Amino acid sequence: MLEARGMSKRFGEHTVLQDINLSIQRSEVVCLIGPSGSGKSTLLRSLAFLENYDDGEVFVEGELLGYDRASDGRRVRSRPSRLSDVRRNMGMVFQQFNLWPHLSVLENVMEALLRVRGMKKDAARRLALATLEKVGLAEKADAWPNRLSGGQQQRVAIARSLAMSPAIMLFDEPTSALDPELVGEVLQVMRQLAEEGMTMVVVTHEMGFAARVADRVLFLDQGHIVEQGPPMTLFKNPQSPRLAQFLGNYLERNSLFEAAPALNRVDD
Amino acid sequence: MDFTVLTDHASEIGSGFLVTLWTWGGGVLAGVIAGLVIAVIQLSAGPWVRGVLRCYIEVIRATPFLVQLFLLYYGGPSLGLSLSPMTAGLVGLGIYGSVYFAEIFRTGFTSIPRGQQEAAAMLGMTAWQIIWRVQIPQMLVLILPALVNFTTILGKETPVLSIITVPELTFVLTGVGAETFAYVETLLALCVGYFLLAELCSRLGQWLERRASRYLTQGVQQRRALKPRESAA
Repeated sequence: MLEARGMSKRFGEHTVLQDINLSIQRSEVVCLIGPSGSGKSTLLRSLAFLENYDDGEVFVEGELLGYDRASDGRRVRSRPSRLSDVRRNMGMVFQQFNLWPHLSVLENVMEALLRVRGMKKDAARRLALATLEKVGLAEKADAWPNRLSGGQQQRVAIARSLAMSPAIMLFDEPTSALDPELVGEVLQVMRQLAEEGMTMVVVTHEMGFAARVADRVLFLDQGHIVEQGPPMTLFKNPQSPRLAQFLGNYLERNSLFEAAPALNRVDD
Repeated sequence: MDFTVLTDHASEIGSGFLVTLWTWGGGVLAGVIAGLVIAVIQLSAGPWVRGVLRCYIEVIRATPFLVQLFLLYYGGPSLGLSLSPMTAGLVGLGIYGSVYFAEIFRTGFTSIPRGQQEAAAMLGMTAWQIIWRVQIPQMLVLILPALVNFTTILGKETPVLSIITVPELTFVLTGVGAETFAYVETLLALCVGYFLLAELCSRLGQWLERRASRYLTQGVQQRRALKPRESAA
């Protein structure tokens, strides 16, 4: 339902994504891992056309994202309304939450229901409250976002996206801006979504989450998909030296905690 | 001192006050609207249009209001643009104000994190909805002091309109002064008049500021308490 064919992206002279081919099936959970600067966030943002890719194509449920074919065969940037239309079944959760601080939690969730879906206020309110309930924050409906913890804000952001009933959700390092002790509550919500069959693409540094929840893990380095496969195959038996080294760094860091299991973060 | 001159000419002075209020309000309104349009276009336009707007802003900012007004009122007819003093005054104030308001709005727009627009765009909101519902309400908190400040300044430019015979407060009161030789009384009355207007403006600004910054000062939204459970499941 989400597919990239030969997609490339350059910033000036610098190529950040090179010939990306990727196909994501319904209900599949795909985690993108890789070192900083490997292009994983850029890849995710390109799949939502928050970055306009230069070559290749991205299809969302069969529709070309971001560009239209002109009559002479060349492609031109889509008009904003067309872009929104192709994105309509896509939700996105950002590292920095990006809630609107001047609207209450409830209003954050209701805003797009009212103005994009054109729902009546009562119906939007009921749906927003139900969605907040799902992420465990219905009692915070009238709070301003700034008064919530990072973990709560990110759950509101998930609810805001979820209320629009997307078919596929993209997560751009959803826990990277959080205090370690708040990571778990966000991952829990994401895991619940995955179990309910949501199609998800997740850029993450949480190897535990990738190992337990992902159907497939993609390892990116220098703008290439170096290796991909089921998490256990990839983590237990990396084929490329680059991935082995990357995982080695993680293991080394985590081994510091092995002596004190209580310090080991539980992801679920 | 003989302040009876003021009571003797009360109705003229009153109408002068209203004309000042009208030209000020109209000038601010025109300036804010034009400024907002300029700022919004600057956000999205190509380099060519941005360049033209940049020139417009620089030129208006670098020339005195009096000269602009003369050019509009006396120079206008030779370009086929004949305006009444009142219209010329309003248009002049609007043009003069627009560039300052545009700069204030531009700063405001750039101060809102880009991610908030991306979040809105991913939810399907249009560019206009993003400006109106996400960016403006937030930047208002930041730019209100600057807006109130410049609105006061623009109010104090309205006496310039007396030179092209707009019958506003300064025109009326200096007229009364010249007629009755009560210069000091009329000038003092002028000070009081402009002080009242500026005070009104600053009170209005404070009220707006309190309202716009509720999300920073309150713990929960207090507009309406959460109704007892409209079923949340």
